[in-house]
Amino acid sequence: MNVPEELKYTKEHEWLRSEGDLATVGITDYAQSELGDIVFVELPQVGDAASQGEPFGTIEAVKTVADLFSPVSGEVSEVNPKIEEDPAVMNKDPYGEGWMIKVKMSDASQADSLLSPTDYRALIEKAE
Amino acid sequence: MGSNYLPSTESDQRKMLKRIGVESFRELLERSMPASLIKENLPDLPPALSEMEVSSLLTGLSRKNLNLGEVTSFLGGGVYDHFIPAVIDQLLLRSEFYTAYTPYQAEASQGTLQSIYEFQSLICELTGMEVANASMYDGATAAAEAALLACSQTGKKQVLVGSNVHPDYLQVMRTYFSGLEVELSEIAFQEGLVDFADFEDKISDKIAAVIIQSPNFFGLLEDISLFEPEVHRSGALLVQVFDPISLGILKTPGEYNVDIAVAEGQPLGLPLSYGGPYLGLMATKSSLVRRLPGRLSGATVDHRGRRGFVLTLQTREQHIRREKATSNICTNQALCALAAAIYLSLMGKEGIREVAELCLEKSRYAQEQICKLDGFMLKFSSPFFKEFVIETRLKAEVIVESLGKQGILPGVDLDRYFPGMDRCLMIAVTEKRTKEEIDTLVEVLSKL
Repeated sequence: MNVPEELKYTKEHEWLRSEGDLATVGITDYAQSELGDIVFVELPQVGDAASQGEPFGTIEAVKTVADLFSPVSGEVSEVNPKIEEDPAVMNKDPYGEGWMIKVKMSDASQADSLLSPTDYRALIEKAE
Repeated sequence: MGSNYLPSTESDQRKMLKRIGVESFRELLERSMPASLIKENLPDLPPALSEMEVSSLLTGLSRKNLNLGEVTSFLGGGVYDHFIPAVIDQLLLRSEFYTAYTPYQAEASQGTLQSIYEFQSLICELTGMEVANASMYDGATAAAEAALLACSQTGKKQVLVGSNVHPDYLQVMRTYFSGLEVELSEIAFQEGLVDFADFEDKISDKIAAVIIQSPNFFGLLEDISLFEPEVHRSGALLVQVFDPISLGILKTPGEYNVDIAVAEGQPLGLPLSYGGPYLGLMATKSSLVRRLPGRLSGATVDHRGRRGFVLTLQTREQHIRREKATSNICTNQALCALAAAIYLSLMGKEGIREVAELCLEKSRYAQEQICKLDGFMLKFSSPFFKEFVIETRLKAEVIVESLGKQGILPGVDLDRYFPGMDRCLMIAVTEKRTKEEIDTLVEVLSKL
């Protein structure tokens, strides 16, 4: 399972890449493989508030549906139009083209509280 | 404790009691419930009857029912005595449809799924809406579900409902909302129509849905286009409760840019019966499909490219989404929906228009004749479809009782729904009422 070294992770299987106070959020390779074929994503609108640990959208696979939880608090500054049109991109390239939202963080230190790649790897090994 | 019908023998019962560690059924009761709830003697029950005796007893009881074949009904108020072509009942009796109604396993249930798909398509055509579900329990629950859909779509918890929406629907909505912290406010009515000034006072960006019935409970046509711009400007969804037959001649909810259209489907080939089963119709814009409650049958192709049908978008439903499902409905009124689908395909566009025109013309004739009588006036002056309210110097209950003895059900005593309107009789005239029947009604009324 691919767990890139440069990212932070959550227990809910989202990843976060931070550049200054801007964070990009997506779901992990493990999450997409557990879900199977992703058919629909419901994302927030630009300008909506996101808060750490709270749902910001839903993701639907053929036979399941799950909430998406925001890893950090802030304001949604961008959503990925590509995955609304073709959600399968999230299966193919979860860490790249398949990103979901960008959040302008209200407190960039929140990113530090997330799981490291080593911790996250341990979490999914335990789950398996 | 012995019974001829329950497969629990004395030896079974002894084994079960022994397993849980009690001597007798009596001990089980004493150890599991307060003594005050244990009755020493059962009330005296009549002796058991044979099948023949039961049959004769029930036949006797059923004679107390009024049969629409023998009386003339001008009753409405939500369900209507429209003509039901005999072919509907005959087709419903086919065992493929009449037996267990939830064969949703696609590889074994193509017939049922196709009939649901066709029903949905017919409802879309009738309403001018983009998507319809496989049906709800009845008109009232469909209206409540429409409000909940609007709440989940908008993230708001207040619903504005015309107070001239069917009072039973309002009651069912209140029941649905009671556990969900959804707040229902009523918009007053003036001269039988939704009061636009009161609507303007109450509409705000906190409102999830505005629910208007047209033709409304009193049978009057509301001008939906009056409300539509402001409802949408405020960010709410517009819900119309409609009469399916009326759409033969009236503008459709789709043409009014309504977001959710709901109705009681009984006029489409279903008999009047106390408590149902009835049929909830629900159709929406396609942008709301992922929040639509209930079953949805969709067309697809199998691995050889042949057309087939499956339940679709099931991630909305509670067997997958659990407590976050769009609704806790997990069934539909399949047989009633089939009746409606047969009715609609039998009537066709022209047929529905003819039925609607006959309702319009005959109800107009009845109203004009009745209003020629001394002491009978039209209560509300705006246009109606097939039902209208007459105000008289007599109490409506007196009219109902007196005409009932002569085999005529003259209408609904409005005091039952709007206390104080006890001199108002609401009269429905469907295509089934003949000129003779209407003339007889007028004549009998004139002699009161």
